[in-house]
Amino acid sequence: MKRFGFGLLMLLVVAVFLGVWIAMPWQGVVLIAVLLVLWMGLTRRGRQTWQVTSVGLATITQRLGSSSVVVVGIAGVVGVLVAMLAMGEGFSETLRATGNDRTAIVLRGGSQAELNSVLDRDSANVVMQAPGVKKSAQGRPIASSELVVVANLPRKGDPSADANVPIRGVGDDVWPLREQVKIVEGRKFQPGMRELIVGKGAKAQFEGLDVGRSIRLAGQTWAIVGTFESHDALESELWGDTQSVASAYRRGSSAQSVTVLLDSPSAFDAFKANLMADPRLKVDVSTTQDYFSKQSEGLTKVLRAVGIVVGIIMAIGAVFGALNTMFAAIQARAREIATLRAIGFRGVPVVVSVMLETMLLALLGGVIGAGIVWIIFNGYSASTLGANFSQVVFRFHVSAALLWTGMKWALAIGFIGGLFPAVRAARLPVTTALREL
Amino acid sequence: MKYLHLIWAALFRRKSRTFLTLVSILAAFLLFGMLDATRAAFSSGDSVAGVDRLVTTSRYSIIQSLPASLTTRMEAIPGVASVGHANWFGGVYQDPKNFVLSFAVSDNYLDLYKEIELPADQRKVFENTRTGAIVGAALAKRYGWKVGDKIPLQSTIFPQRNGDKTWPFDIVGIYTPAKGAANGTDQQFLFHYKYFQDANAYRSLGSTVGWYVVKLTSPDQADRVAKAIDALSANSDHETKTQTEQAFNASFAKQLGDIGLIVSAIIGAVFFTLILLTGNTMAQAVRERTSELAVLKTIGFSSGSVLGMVLAEGVLLLVLGGVIGLGLAAVLVPIVAKGSGGMLNLPPIGTQTWVLGIVLMVVIGAVVGALPAIRAMRLNIVDALAGR
Repeated sequence: MKRFGFGLLMLLVVAVFLGVWIAMPWQGVVLIAVLLVLWMGLTRRGRQTWQVTSVGLATITQRLGSSSVVVVGIAGVVGVLVAMLAMGEGFSETLRATGNDRTAIVLRGGSQAELNSVLDRDSANVVMQAPGVKKSAQGRPIASSELVVVANLPRKGDPSADANVPIRGVGDDVWPLREQVKIVEGRKFQPGMRELIVGKGAKAQFEGLDVGRSIRLAGQTWAIVGTFESHDALESELWGDTQSVASAYRRGSSAQSVTVLLDSPSAFDAFKANLMADPRLKVDVSTTQDYFSKQSEGLTKVLRAVGIVVGIIMAIGAVFGALNTMFAAIQARAREIATLRAIGFRGVPVVVSVMLETMLLALLGGVIGAGIVWIIFNGYSASTLGANFSQVVFRFHVSAALLWTGMKWALAIGFIGGLFPAVRAARLPVTTALREL
Repeated sequence: MKYLHLIWAALFRRKSRTFLTLVSILAAFLLFGMLDATRAAFSSGDSVAGVDRLVTTSRYSIIQSLPASLTTRMEAIPGVASVGHANWFGGVYQDPKNFVLSFAVSDNYLDLYKEIELPADQRKVFENTRTGAIVGAALAKRYGWKVGDKIPLQSTIFPQRNGDKTWPFDIVGIYTPAKGAANGTDQQFLFHYKYFQDANAYRSLGSTVGWYVVKLTSPDQADRVAKAIDALSANSDHETKTQTEQAFNASFAKQLGDIGLIVSAIIGAVFFTLILLTGNTMAQAVRERTSELAVLKTIGFSSGSVLGMVLAEGVLLLVLGGVIGLGLAAVLVPIVAKGSGGMLNLPPIGTQTWVLGIVLMVVIGAVVGALPAIRAMRLNIVDALAGR
């Protein structure tokens, strides 16, 4: 009964710790670390703890094999977790960066994605002339009526596998509208010509998109005249002139979406209300920020869920590995710990020192795991199927926040893996342990 | 086999250590089972149902449709048994989030897809109902549809001629796919091409179909027929690309991302850690038993049988934890699939996964047992007994 109660108490301690730990901001963790150092430096009990810990740390070299189990196990957990989260983060950041609150996108009602939408020329004109749209120096609205079509292009490294690549026909005023787009190689396409510029992401992922080459689209040959960079989802696309793309794909004068630059972010509500009230139109209006953020929601959620589920299962494995190692470690040091207890050291320094040792090993594992992921995957470029049924190229982003999440997981595993052996070490009956060979 | 008792006793010599190690192994194989199911969910490549079918799409882009007039010309090619077609509808039910995999299909579509097993009476009603639709059992369950229900489906692409984007349908049949059908077959919503074509606001575009499905007289004709079909429209403005259904599905799954690569990377990390962890346990176990092993050798066990026993101990440890882990995965996977409301269509853990899993258990067990086993084999009796 007493043992059962004790076990329950330990479980409670673990549960409370995990609850507090998950909610704790980094300042809290730093505070705890500072308090711990002060305690070890200034109080008698603390100095004892430090001495016991340093003996433990000094003898790690004798238990290199089993200690590395803790380190590698936790490095694995943190690595997989951080990599999965970095993928989700990179994807949602890429899409979020594509939109802003100063531009609005108009689609046919209920379309969800540009690919499904159709706006005839008259509707597109009504949208561009609506109040709230910023005018250029020449008095023209800064807006682009656009067309997105999908082409099959071979993937780099695997030419047999075609991928869907988005081709966007853009209007003449797209440059002031999307200021983030910069030509980094070659030149802009000329309106009316069968010329394309390619995003850096698309160029890196798909075969044959170098400047000077040409590709076949809808049975016609198109020249690639430039490369652009925008650090967002647009980089996955190929751009040409709306009219040329429309005629190649026999779309007549219709467009799929109109993107406009607003006078100011606050002009959006009036702009939207105006278009919704217009009986000639049946459209959906959203800021580009909303439109693109929404597209990343689903996949980001899935990646997060998968990362955390896989992380938890791996963490369970790692906790048991750490328990095993630390039980073996205190077993090996049983006589030494018993001796310390016999000459007057109390239980607290023993508990804290074993836990500290485990958590330091865990931290090392976390740093290694997160470090490897950071070196390999930060900026790693990948692509997946986006809202337009075509590839969105994005880069993994291993952010500081993710690295921190990884460290928190590592320390939590270290805490649980160290707690039970530490308590057993402190409760070891001194006389039996001393006699043990 | 006669040593099993001895091996078992050695394994459970230290119960807590063995238990802790078993849980780690269990976690690793649980993960293996679930990830392998995920991988299988995204690759319907091993489905056997579609070996005698080709899929013909536009060469330039999946969004370009093909003229319906190709049907008769394709049927004339030797080796072609029949030709059907389908159009993407892009349906959503009630809320834009509730995506429905919906196709407008030709009348002979069900003859091409024999694995879609629709009761004969329902099939008859389907053929005679203009707005009739048949749905997969999983999809019907997801939205609580029953035969006889009238449901509105919105198309994200096609408005009706009156400008309305909501299309009414009558559910006239619910089918359960036969064994071996491609994953996701029970999530489909099929309705008449004629209805789609007549009521569609874009009828002016002419009779076009999204893709053709070609049934072959025999699977080994695939290459030749595919070339012949593509030759029909070579150099036209609607060039086609014909591939086997498996290749088509595989290339589609690949577009989502290299799921296989991600899964193998994770599994690799997990098993690397596992080898280290159990390897350490085994090394500890053998080190502790040095004197016992020496006694065994003294009383006449050969070096070979000591080697075998330690190896067997490693394998037994892995198989024990691994089978429990995979078994747990087999229980959990259907629960997860159910819990996701049809979003995550995980197939149950198959024989292939079990075989691969057990091979992995035995190999890893042998690997982690190898070093300690060799140590045990080379043990010098005199030194070991003396504790040197």
